[in-house]
Amino acid sequence: MNISSTLASVVASGQIEASNIDPSVNAPAVATGAFSFMWLLIALPLLGAAILLIFGKRTDKWGPYLAIAMSCGAFIVGAVMYLTMLGLPANDRPVNLHIWDWVIVGDFQAPIGMQLDQLSIIFVLLITFVGSLIHIYSLGYMKHDPEKRKFFAYLNLFVAAMLLLVTADSYLLLYVGWEGVGLASYLLIGFWQYKPSAAVAAKKAFVVNRVGDVGLSIAIMLMFVTFGSVTFSGVLEDPAAANESTLTWIGLALLLAACGKSAQFPLQSWLLDAMEGPTPVSALIHAATMVTAGVYLIVRSAPIFDAAPDARTAVMVIGAITLIFGAIIGCAKDDIKKALAGSTMSQIGYMILAAGLGPVGYVFAIFHLVTHGFFKANMFLGAGSIMHGMNDQLDMRRFGALRKVMVITFITFSCGWLAIMGVPPFAGFYSKDKIIEAAFGVNVIVGAVALLGAGITAFYMTRLWTMTFTGKSRWTDDNKHPHESSAVMWIPMAILAFLSVVAGFMLAGAIETWLAPVTGFEETELAVSSLVMECASLALVVLGATIAYLQYRRDVPLVAPQHVSPLTVAARQDLYGDAFNEEVFMRPGQWLTRSMVFFDNRGIDALVNGIAASLGGLSGRMRRIQTGFARSYALSMLAGAVIVVATLILVRM
Amino acid sequence: MSTTHYLVLSAILFSLGVLGVLVRRNAIIVFMCVEMMLNASNLAFVAFAQQNGNLNGQTIAFFVMVVAAAEVVVGLAIIMTIYRTRRSASVDEPNLLKY
Amino acid sequence: MSSLPWLTTIGVIPLIGALILLALPKESTELAKKIALGVSLLPLLLVIGMALNFDANSESEFQFVQSYEWIPTFGISFSVGVDGISLILIALSVILVPLVILAGWNDADDAMGSVKGYFALLLILETFMIGVFAATDVFLFYVFFEAMLIPVYFLIGRYGGPGRQYAAVKFLLYSLVGGLLMLAALIGLYVVSAQELGTGTFDFTTLTNLNIDPGTQKLLFLGFFIAFAIKAPLVPFHTWLPDAASASTPGTAVLLVGVLDKVGTFGMIKLCLPIFPAASEFYAPAIIVLCVVGIIYGALLAIGQTDLKRLIAYTSISHFGFIGLGIFAMTTQAQSGSTFYMLNHGFSTGALFLIAGFLMTRRGSRLIADFGGVYRVAPVLAGLFLIAGLSSLSLPGMSSFISEFLVLVGTFEKYTVAAVIATFGIVFAALYILLMYQRTMTGPLKDGCEKITDVKGREALAIIPMLVLIVALGVYPKPVLDVVNPAVERIMIQTGQRDPEPTVKPLGETQATERVQEAVEAIEGGAR
Repeated sequence: MNISSTLASVVASGQIEASNIDPSVNAPAVATGAFSFMWLLIALPLLGAAILLIFGKRTDKWGPYLAIAMSCGAFIVGAVMYLTMLGLPANDRPVNLHIWDWVIVGDFQAPIGMQLDQLSIIFVLLITFVGSLIHIYSLGYMKHDPEKRKFFAYLNLFVAAMLLLVTADSYLLLYVGWEGVGLASYLLIGFWQYKPSAAVAAKKAFVVNRVGDVGLSIAIMLMFVTFGSVTFSGVLEDPAAANESTLTWIGLALLLAACGKSAQFPLQSWLLDAMEGPTPVSALIHAATMVTAGVYLIVRSAPIFDAAPDARTAVMVIGAITLIFGAIIGCAKDDIKKALAGSTMSQIGYMILAAGLGPVGYVFAIFHLVTHGFFKANMFLGAGSIMHGMNDQLDMRRFGALRKVMVITFITFSCGWLAIMGVPPFAGFYSKDKIIEAAFGVNVIVGAVALLGAGITAFYMTRLWTMTFTGKSRWTDDNKHPHESSAVMWIPMAILAFLSVVAGFMLAGAIETWLAPVTGFEETELAVSSLVMECASLALVVLGATIAYLQYRRDVPLVAPQHVSPLTVAARQDLYGDAFNEEVFMRPGQWLTRSMVFFDNRGIDALVNGIAASLGGLSGRMRRIQTGFARSYALSMLAGAVIVVATLILVRM
Repeated sequence: MSTTHYLVLSAILFSLGVLGVLVRRNAIIVFMCVEMMLNASNLAFVAFAQQNGNLNGQTIAFFVMVVAAAEVVVGLAIIMTIYRTRRSASVDEPNLLKY
Repeated sequence: MSSLPWLTTIGVIPLIGALILLALPKESTELAKKIALGVSLLPLLLVIGMALNFDANSESEFQFVQSYEWIPTFGISFSVGVDGISLILIALSVILVPLVILAGWNDADDAMGSVKGYFALLLILETFMIGVFAATDVFLFYVFFEAMLIPVYFLIGRYGGPGRQYAAVKFLLYSLVGGLLMLAALIGLYVVSAQELGTGTFDFTTLTNLNIDPGTQKLLFLGFFIAFAIKAPLVPFHTWLPDAASASTPGTAVLLVGVLDKVGTFGMIKLCLPIFPAASEFYAPAIIVLCVVGIIYGALLAIGQTDLKRLIAYTSISHFGFIGLGIFAMTTQAQSGSTFYMLNHGFSTGALFLIAGFLMTRRGSRLIADFGGVYRVAPVLAGLFLIAGLSSLSLPGMSSFISEFLVLVGTFEKYTVAAVIATFGIVFAALYILLMYQRTMTGPLKDGCEKITDVKGREALAIIPMLVLIVALGVYPKPVLDVVNPAVERIMIQTGQRDPEPTVKPLGETQATERVQEAVEAIEGGAR
C-alpha cells in the first residue's frame, strides 16, 4: 500500500475524529424548554429600572411596587429554573443560552450568552430572594424619602447587573455585570447626594473597585492571549495546558479583581465608607450579594486556581489577613453599621480563604456565602430597623436596653448574632466550622488564624449585641421614644432570621453533592476528629462572647474613651488603611497632578509659546532694518544686485 | 562701432544713474536718475539687438519705455502729493514706511 | 441606486445650505437656524441610505467610488469612495452636526459674528469633514485637511469665549506646521511614485501598492505622522487642544474634538499604515510609548484641571492615546477597537461638551469650583451628565467599553507591558469623571447655582440620541463591527501584519496533530 495515500487517509480520519471529539464532557447543553426563558432573569429587573428612570416622576406612585414585582418576578423565574434543574441528572444541569453575537473581532469572540449551572443557580436564588425581601423592606424604610422611586430603580438595576454577573457565560460579559453592580453600588452609596460624605464615599468605592477591575481586565487579556477565548467553556475546559506561570498571573489578576469587589486587603478601605448609603443598600449590596462577587469569581475560575497552586496560596493568605483585619476593625467601631461592615469584611475573608483552599474549600466558601447572605442581611436590616426607630442614630453608645422596646428586631437580630458566631444549630455553625476544618487540613497556621477569627467574631458581635440591646438605656434627648418598625419591615427580617436559623442545617451535606460537579469537592482529612475541632471553636466562641458580655453589659461611657491600647486606636482608624492610602496614593497623586499641570503649562506649552515669542522677538529686531530712508533701501538693493552679478560671474569662471 | 562701445556707454550711464539715486535727495532728480538707468539698459538691449540681428532687444526696449512712461505718471503723481503735503521734495524726509 | 453620486451629493448639500444661509438677510436669525438644521439633516438621511447599500464584505476596497480628472499633469484627481472606516467616520460627522446645531441654537446670539455666519461655517465645515474622510486621492485629502482649518479658525476666533483670538491663532499655527510637513512628505511621495511608475500619482490604492525603499519610507512617514499627531493630538503636540476647546463654543468644541481630531487618527490608520508599512513597523514601538504616556499624562492632567471644558479636552487627549495605541499595536482587535473608539469618543465627548456647555451658559462660569449640588435643581441634567461621563470612563455595557477593551486586548497580544500600563488608565478615568461629577453635581447647593434650570426639550433632543447610540452600540455593536472588521483586515494585509496565535491551541486541534504524528511515525516504522 502506498504510504502517502495511507497517510492521507489517516490525516483525514484524524481530523474527522478530532472534530467528533466532544470539547468537554461538562460542556453546558444548549438551553431548551424552561431554560430558554432564563433571559427573563435579567430582563425583568432591567426593564423595571429602565421604566422607573425613563418615565421619571410619572412613576412616583406605582414605581416602587413595579420594582418589587420585577424583583419577585425574577425570583419566580429563578425558582422555576432551579426546580427544572433539580429534575435533571447532575451532568445535564449546566445549560447555556446564546442570546446574540456581541464582540466579534477576528479571533476575539464574545457572545452575549447566559450559563446556568449548579453554582450560578445558587447565586440567582440568593440574589433574587434576598433582593426581593430587601425591596419590600425598603418600602417601609424609604417611605418618606422624596426620591424613593430612584432608589427602587437603582435597586432593580443592581439586581439585574448582579444576575448578569452570575449568569454570564464569558468573562467579558461577567465584566459587564461586575462593573454594573459597581455602578449600582456607586449610585446607591451616593444616594443622598446632598451629603458630601456620601458623594465622596460613592466615588471612593467606584475608584477602588476600578483598581480591582484592572485585575479583571488583565486576567481577561491574559486568557485571550493564552487560550484564544474568553468564554468559560473555552478558558476553563483545560487550563492545565497552559504553562503554570501564566496561570499564576491570571490567578493573581483575578484575585486583585476579587479584592476590589469583595473589599479584601489591601483594597478594603471603601467598604466602611460605603455605609454612607441607605441601610437596605448596605444589607443587599454590601453584605449579602455584591461583595461576595469576588468569591464567585474565584470559585468560578476554580480550574485555573487548581492548576496554579501559588495563586491559590495567595488567595488563602489574603483571605486569612482580611478575616483578622476586618474582625479587629469590627471590635473597635461604635457605629453599628461600621461594626457590621468590619464583620462583613471578615466573613468574606473566611469565604476567600475557603476558596483558596482548593477543592476542599470551594463548596464551603459558597455555603458560607449563602448563610452569611441570610444572617448578615438580617442583621443589617435589624440595624436599619433600629436606626428607623432611633431617629437615624448610629452610635451604639447611645443605644442600650432596646430589647424591651423593639422586641421583634431583638429576636431577629439575636438569630443573626447566634448564627454568625457559629453556635449550633444556627446556620453559621455549619458553614464556618467546615471552613476552619478544611483550613486546618491544608495548613495549620491558616487553620489557627481561622479559629482565632471565630473567637474575635464572637467578641465583636456580642459587644455589638450587648451594647445595643441590653444594659441601661443611653438614648439621647431627641429620641426618647424608640419604637418597633412596621410589618413591611419586620416581616423580611423575620424571614431572614428564620433562614439564619435553619439554612445551615438544611444545606449541610446537600450543598456538597449539588456543587461538586462544577467546583469539584474533596473531603478534608484531619488528624483529630471534627468533633474536637468543633468543640475547640465553640470554646473560643463562648470565651469571646463572655468577655464581651461582661465588659459591655454594664456602664458604657457615652463618649469613646481616649486612653486606650494602641491596637484599639489603630482599629478605630481602620488599621490605618485610609491613612496608608492617603499617604501613599492620594498625597503623592495630588502632588503629581499638580506638578503635571504645572509642567504642561510651564513646560510644554511654555516651550511652544517660547518658540512663538522668540520668533516674534526676532522679527522685532529684524524690522529695525527698515529705517524708512528710501536711499538706504536703494543701496541695499544695489548691494544685492552686485552680489548676484558677482556670484554669476564667479560661477562662470 | 562694436557692441562693446555701446555696452560701455550703457554701463557708464547706469552707474551714473545708480550714483544719482543713492546720493541725491531731491525726489525729482532721483526720479530722473532712475529714468537714466532704464535708458541705459535700453541702450544695452538695442545694442544686443543689433549684434544678434533680430528685433527681440528692440521690442523689449519698447516695453521698458512703456513701463517707464507709466512709472513716470505714477511716480510724479506721488512726488507731487508728497510735495503738497510736506512742502519738500526730499526723499529722506518722508519716513512713514519706517518699521 | 448605485449610479447615484452618493458621496458628492452628501458633501455638496451642506455647502449649498451654507450659501443659502449667507444669502439670507442678517436679521432673520431664527430662519437661519431652522434652515441650517433642515439642511444638516439631509446628509444624515443620505448617509443612512448609503450605509444600507454598503456591502461590508465587498471585494473592492472602496465603494461608491467616483473619480474625475482634476490636475492630470500631476496625476491629481477628484476621487472619492468609502470603506468601512471612512463610512463610520462620515456617519459620525453627519450625526454630530445636526445635534450640535440643535444644542447650540442660541450659542451665536451674542457673538461678534452674525448668527447666520456661525451656522454657515458649521455647514461648510461639514462639507470639508465629509470630503476629508471620503477622499481616495491623497492630494484631495490634503486639500480638505487644510481647508478644514478655515471654518474652524473663524468659528473659534469670531464666536468663541474669552481667549478666543489666542486659541484660534494657536490652533491655526499648530495645524499649519503639521500641514506643511505633510505637504513636503506628499510631494516626496509623488516623486517616489514617479520614480517607480514613470508617472507620478496621488491615487491612494496605487500608492499602497508601491514598494518604497524603507529609508525613504521612514522620512515620508514622519512627515505624515507628525501632521496627524498634531491633529489628533498625541502628547507632546497637544497643548493647542485645551485652549481651542475651552475658548470655542460647545458646538465647535464637539466638532473639533469629536470629528476634526479624528482626521488625525484616521490618517494614521488609513494613510500611514498602508502606504508606509515598513516605517510603521519601525516606529510602532516608539509611538506606542508616546501613546501610553499620553493616556496616563492626559488623565493626570484632567484630574488637575479647574475648568470644565479644559478637563474634558484633557480626557480626550487620554482617549486619543488609546486610539493611537490601538492603531499602532497592529492587531485586528486593536485596530477595530481604535476605529470603534473614534466613533464612541465622538459621542461620549460630544455629549460631555454639550452638557458642560449647558451648565456654563446657565451659570456663566467655566470653573468647576463655581458649581455644586446642581443635581438638586437640575436632576435630569445631572443624570445625563453622569451617563455621558460613565461612557467616557468606559463603563461596561456602553460602546466605549467595547472599543477600549478591544484596544487593550489587541495591544496586550503584542505589547504586554504597554497594555498593562494603559489598563491603569481606567482607574484615572474613573477619578477624573467622578471627581468632576462629585464637585459639580453633588453636595449642598452652591451659591449662584440656584437658577440653573433643568434641560428642556430642544437640549434633551440634542443629547439623548448620542446617549442612546452609546448604550445601543454597547449592547449590540455588530452593525459597526461588521463594517469595520473587513476594512481593518484589509489594512492588516496591506501592512503585512498577523495576529499572534494563542499559546494554547484548542483541544481538538492538538489532539488531531498528535494523532497524525503518531500515524506518520507508525507508517515510517513499518516502511523500514
